[in-house]
Amino acid sequence: MNKTLKFHISKRASLPWYKSWAIRGIAILAALVVCAIVTMLMTGENPISIYSTIFYGAFGTTRRSWVTIQELAVLLGISLAVTPAFKMRFWNIGAEGQVLIGGLATTACMICLADKLPNSMVIVCMIIASILAGAFWGFLPAFFKAKWNTNETLFTLMMNYIATQLAAYFIIVWEVPKGAGKIGIINQSTEIGWLPQLGNQYLLSILVVALLTGVMYIYLNYSKHGYEIAVVGESQRTASYAGIKVERVIIRTMVLSGAVCGLMGLLLVGGINHTLTTTVVDGRGFTAVMVSWMAKFNPIAMIFTSLLLVFLSRGASEISSVFGLNHSFADILTGIILFFIIGSEFFITYEISVQRSAGKEA
Amino acid sequence: MEPVRNAIKMEHITKRFGSVVANHDINLELHKGEILSLLGENGSGKTTLMNMLSGIYYSDEGQIYVNDQPVTISSPKDAFDLGIGMIHQHFKLVDVFTATENIVLGLKDEGRLDLKKARHKIQEICDKYGFEIDLDRKIYEMSVSQKQTVEIVKVLYRGAEILILDEPTAVLTPQETDKLFTVMRNMKADGKSLIIITHKLHEVLEVSDRVAVLRKGEYIGDVLTKDASQQSLTDMMVGHAVSLNINRPEPVNVAPRLVVEGLTVYDELGVKRLSDVSFTANAGEILGIAGIAGSGQRELLEAISGLYPISEGSIRFYDPQGGEGQPGKELVGLDPMAIRRCGVSMAFVPEDRLGMGLVGSMGMTGNMMLRSWRKGKGIFLNRKDPEEMANHIWKELDVVTPSTSFPVRRMSGGNVQKVLVGREIAQDPAVLMTAYAVRGLDINTSYTIYNLLTEEKMKGVAVIYVGEDLDVLLELCDRILVLCGGQVSGILDARTTDKREVGTLMTNMGGDSIDE
Repeated sequence: MNKTLKFHISKRASLPWYKSWAIRGIAILAALVVCAIVTMLMTGENPISIYSTIFYGAFGTTRRSWVTIQELAVLLGISLAVTPAFKMRFWNIGAEGQVLIGGLATTACMICLADKLPNSMVIVCMIIASILAGAFWGFLPAFFKAKWNTNETLFTLMMNYIATQLAAYFIIVWEVPKGAGKIGIINQSTEIGWLPQLGNQYLLSILVVALLTGVMYIYLNYSKHGYEIAVVGESQRTASYAGIKVERVIIRTMVLSGAVCGLMGLLLVGGINHTLTTTVVDGRGFTAVMVSWMAKFNPIAMIFTSLLLVFLSRGASEISSVFGLNHSFADILTGIILFFIIGSEFFITYEISVQRSAGKEA
Repeated sequence: MEPVRNAIKMEHITKRFGSVVANHDINLELHKGEILSLLGENGSGKTTLMNMLSGIYYSDEGQIYVNDQPVTISSPKDAFDLGIGMIHQHFKLVDVFTATENIVLGLKDEGRLDLKKARHKIQEICDKYGFEIDLDRKIYEMSVSQKQTVEIVKVLYRGAEILILDEPTAVLTPQETDKLFTVMRNMKADGKSLIIITHKLHEVLEVSDRVAVLRKGEYIGDVLTKDASQQSLTDMMVGHAVSLNINRPEPVNVAPRLVVEGLTVYDELGVKRLSDVSFTANAGEILGIAGIAGSGQRELLEAISGLYPISEGSIRFYDPQGGEGQPGKELVGLDPMAIRRCGVSMAFVPEDRLGMGLVGSMGMTGNMMLRSWRKGKGIFLNRKDPEEMANHIWKELDVVTPSTSFPVRRMSGGNVQKVLVGREIAQDPAVLMTAYAVRGLDINTSYTIYNLLTEEKMKGVAVIYVGEDLDVLLELCDRILVLCGGQVSGILDARTTDKREVGTLMTNMGGDSIDE
C-alpha cells in the first residue's frame, strides 16, 4: 500500500471581500519578488532601482504624468467600449478595427472637407462620421451573429484586418508628400479639424473619457438596456423567457460598442495625434479586453486596471532606455505581473484541499 | 486460484453533493460476462453511481473493486486503464473528424500514428460484434444512432472489458434499439460485462440477465431477469406508499381554465416529443403530471408558455374575469410575453436549477426584475418595487441569504427554488405551472412549497405540478395526468388511485414510445 497525496479543487462557496483583496495583494507582492529575481538573474541590475525607474517613467515629471493620464484615458475609453459586448458574453475582439475605422473616418473628414466647410462644421462631420463608422464595424458581426449565429470572435478579428488594409490604402491615397507612404500631420498650418484644447493638449480626451466612464457605469447598472445585456449574457434562454428580444439586444449593444470605439478613434486622430497610421491603435483594442475582464466589467474598477497596465507599459519603455535594456525585457516584467494577477483569480474562485488516500493506485 | 467472479464490486458507496445525498451506502456487483440493468426513476442516483466508475466523480465513502482487486478511480484515465468504458448520454465526439479519427483520438501509441493500421483494427472490432458503420464518414454527417455506435467502438478499441451505457436507447428508434441489443449480446458472448442504465422496463426484460434497482439514492435490491416481470420491477422502482400527510383541502369552484387539445410538437431533430396531448387544467385544482424523465414534461410546459414551437393542436385559456360561456383565448401562436400577460406563469426548476427563469449572477432583486424590468417609463430601471417584492419573499419564505443583492447562484438549492417559486406566485397568476419545484429540497422546505401551491389552488388558480415523487403527487394533487413517451397514458383521480396504477401507466405496459 503506498500512500498518495491527492489534490482536490473545489469551488469556494463565498469569500469575504477582504480575503479576496488579500489574495490579490499577495499576488502582486509575489509578482514583484519574481520580477526582482528575474531582473537580477538576467541583467544584474538592482531591482529596487528598476522599480523606481518604472515609477519615474510614468510619473517622473508633470509632462510624463499628463501623458500617462492621457494614455490611461485612451485605454480606458476603449475598454469601456468593449465592456457592454463582453458583459453580454459577445466576444468582441474587434475593438482594434472599430477604433481604427473611426480614426479613418475622422481623417477622411479632416482631409476632404478642410477647404469646403468651416472648422466647426468639419468637426461636427468628424464626430458623426467616426461614430457611424465604428457603429457599422460593430453592427456587421452582430447582425450575422443574430441572424445566422456566426462566430463573433473570428468575425470581429477579421474585421480588424479589413480596417487595417483600408487604412493602409487611404494612407497611400492621401500621402504627403507623394511617395512618403505616410500622411504626416494633417492641416498642420490651418489646424482645421483639430479638436479644441481645454487648458492643455491632454485634458480634452481625459474629460471625454471621464464623462464616458460615468455614463457607462449608469448605463450598465441602472438602465433597462443594461439589465437586458446582463440577462442575455447570463443565459439567452432566460432572456427570451423574460421577454427580452435577444437578437435586438445583441445588435444594439454591438452598435453601441462600435460607436464608442469610433469615438475613441476620433479622439486619437482628431485630438491627440492629428495624423493616421495603421498602428495608431497600437494593440489597445486587445489590451482593453484584459482591462475589462480584470475589472469584472465594472467601469469604475476599470480606471485602476487600465492605470496598472498603462503604468507598466510607460515604465517599461523608461527602463529600456535608462538601463539600455531591450524593450522586450519590459514586456517580460509586464507579463509576469499580469500572470500573477490573473492567476490569483483562480485562488479566489476555487479552494484547494489536500487529501491523503490510502487506496492502492491502479 | 479462484476464477474472478465479479467484474465490478462497489461496497458501501456514498456520494453527497452539498447537503443532498445522491447515493447512500450502495453495494453493487457486476458479474463477469453478464448484462446488468440499472433501473430507477429519475433522480434515483443511477448516473451518479456510474460516474464514479468512469472516474468523473469520486465517492465520499466506500470502496470499488475491479476484478476483485481494490482500486482507486480518480480520473477517466484511471477508468480506461482498468478497462472500464462509459458511453454517456451526450456524445463526446469531434464533429469534423471521421469515425476512425475520433476513435483513435487521444490514444498514445508507440511511434507515429498509423491511421491505416488503426482503421484495420477498428474494422475487425466492427465485424466481430456486428457494428454497421462507415469509418470514413465525418461525425456531423451521421445520425444519432451512428454517433452512438462510434462511441461504443471507441471504448472497445481502447480495450474496455466493462461497458457502461447511460440510457443508450433514449435517443434511438425501436429498430435501432434492436440493433444495439444485438451487438450488446455479441459483446456479452465475447466475455465482456455490461451495465445498461434505462427506465424502460420492456427493454430491461429483453436484454439483461439481472436487474439492480435504485430508489432515491438507495440500493433496493437485485433480481434475475428471468424471475422478474414488469409489475414486480415497477413495484421495486416506486416502492411502497409512504404517507406524507400533506394538507389537501377539497377543491372549490372548479372551472376549466386551460383546455389543451391535440397538442403535438417536434424537436429540432424532427423527433416527435408530444403526441396528441389533450387535457383540461381546472381553476381551484392541482393537476399533477407524472412520468419518467423525458416523457415530454418539459416540452409540454414550454409549449404552453410559448417557448416551444407547436405543430398541431390548440390551447384555450379561459380568463377568470371572462364569465360564463366565454369562447376562451387561443394561446397557440402568441409570444411568451403575451401569454404571460394572460396570467400563465411558469416556474421550471431544471437539473441545474438556474438554467431557466433565474439569472445566477444577480441577487433576488435582480431576479424579481426579470418579470418587471419593462415596467415604468424612460430608460431607467425601477428597482424599488422589485426590491420590495424581494424583501417580502425573503421574509415570507425564510430564504437564507445575506442580502437581496447576494447572487442567487451562491445560495443553496432550496433557497434558489423558494426565490423562483415565490416570484411566480407573487405575479398573481391565473395558471401556475411548476416543474420539479421540490427537486433536491429538504423535507421542511418541500412542505413550505406544497403549502404555497395549495394556497394558490384555494385562491382559484389552476396549478399544474410536474413532479418526480409519486407519493407527493398522490397526496398533493387532485388529479394526475400520466405522460409516457410524449402521450397521455391516463388521467387519474389522485384521491382514489394508487402508486401501482400510476407506475404502471408511467411505464406503459401496453407498448412504448411513439412509433412513426
